[in-house]
Amino acid sequence: MPRVGVLALQGDVREHTSMLERVGADVVAVRSVEQLDDLDGLVMPGGESTTIAYLLTTSDIRATLEKKIEDGMSVLGTCAGLILLAHEILDGRSDQWSFDVLPLAVRRNGYGRQISSFETLVNVKGLGDVPGVFIRAPKIETWSEDLEVLAFHDHGDGEHPVLVRRERIWGCSFHPELTNDDRIHRLFVDAL
Amino acid sequence: MSSSHDSSTIGSALVKRGLADMLRGGVIMDVVNPEQAKIAEDSGAVAVMALERVPSDIRRDGGVARMSDPEMIQGIQAAVTIPVMAKARIGHFAEAQILEALDVDYIDESEVLTPADEENHIDKWAFTVPFVCGATNLGEALRRIGEGACLIRSKGEAGTGNVVEAVRHLRTINAQMRRLQSADANELFALAKDLQAPLPLIQEVSLTGKLPVPLFCAGGISTPADAALVLQLGAEAIFVGSGIFKSDDPERMAKAIVEATTHFRDAHVVAKVSTGLGAAMKGIETASLEQRLAERGW
Repeated sequence: MPRVGVLALQGDVREHTSMLERVGADVVAVRSVEQLDDLDGLVMPGGESTTIAYLLTTSDIRATLEKKIEDGMSVLGTCAGLILLAHEILDGRSDQWSFDVLPLAVRRNGYGRQISSFETLVNVKGLGDVPGVFIRAPKIETWSEDLEVLAFHDHGDGEHPVLVRRERIWGCSFHPELTNDDRIHRLFVDAL
Repeated sequence: MSSSHDSSTIGSALVKRGLADMLRGGVIMDVVNPEQAKIAEDSGAVAVMALERVPSDIRRDGGVARMSDPEMIQGIQAAVTIPVMAKARIGHFAEAQILEALDVDYIDESEVLTPADEENHIDKWAFTVPFVCGATNLGEALRRIGEGACLIRSKGEAGTGNVVEAVRHLRTINAQMRRLQSADANELFALAKDLQAPLPLIQEVSLTGKLPVPLFCAGGISTPADAALVLQLGAEAIFVGSGIFKSDDPERMAKAIVEATTHFRDAHVVAKVSTGLGAAMKGIETASLEQRLAERGW
């Protein structure tokens, strides 16, 4: 059984935990650096990216996690998690840092404020239509060619990637954990 | 290549409750100007509540407390990247329409402002923007959810710096939920009548043992220990009003409360962040209050 951590500093940790358990993972809530030991993968949940980034620093997790990712730990980031993995953050705080492991530029709240938050169907390569819940969602504006794009969405301004992967790092601008469809979590866990 | 085209839905219950889910484990801070909003964001707040006066000042000044000036709300929206909430008076749907037009991220139909309607709350289903409402017990929480609230906060007693009412309301809501869980199906009709709440919601809580929307806590939280207390009592996130910007060192207090909220079960962390914080807000013993805000709303 793969051992998967959910970064449990802030955000929708519970939903990710139950999804991962459904697809057969042994789940660990990660609030301290010791809890990063012996994980096969880690999920960075939705929440506020500025808050999670702040707490990663104050909880002394940041440097160790950076090293673990560099050494090949698999990571799935949804929404705020995608922002934390991005190479470049647009419209963020001037001092906002990220792990810089996905070669893309993401705009915080790129799909608008809460009133513009939406649900739609997202067509994922190999899975078909998957419900996509976008909440103050980040928008991937530019991306490198070696990024594998598993799904695009056209919100009236051309196609933007919404589910991406580079080797062991996965990023998703929507919230598969808020729905009843566990196929994206299964894809991640099966690849561990 | 896979792609989806736009046939999207805005304002669904999932999308509205979803933002509340994203705020879980966080601290929402009352701020009265862009400078305070920046301090809140720098200190790890998940959202700010934009208002003209914090509850302790509303309490001191008296008079009618209304929705804030749009200019002030827009100034705060421009200053931070995190969600911005704002308060409308109970029943004042026109204030809520204005706040929706201003693109605020959440509306708090709040007892901290002077009620505009003594019988009816706002029909919150009519809005795309989500609402949070206060509750002192389970019946009140379920009535608000029936009206379309997507997030409930236990009311506590705002502006007092005294956590006793927050504890009372959380414990009441939890005890009433446990009672529903242990009831058999025949008893739920009478319980719905007693609690004056919609039967389908009573049946849902009886099955799941929790509210259909997230439960946060507000009203009187003013130290990291208060945060750890209410989170251990089942609150999923907290609203802090006067507790931060009426303390000696707001930035330090804000950071300490944020860390205590994340590590609420780890007394070593809560002890560390509580050390040398300076004075918390002075606070008021609730028995001496002339006006109890929690009694507003029905």
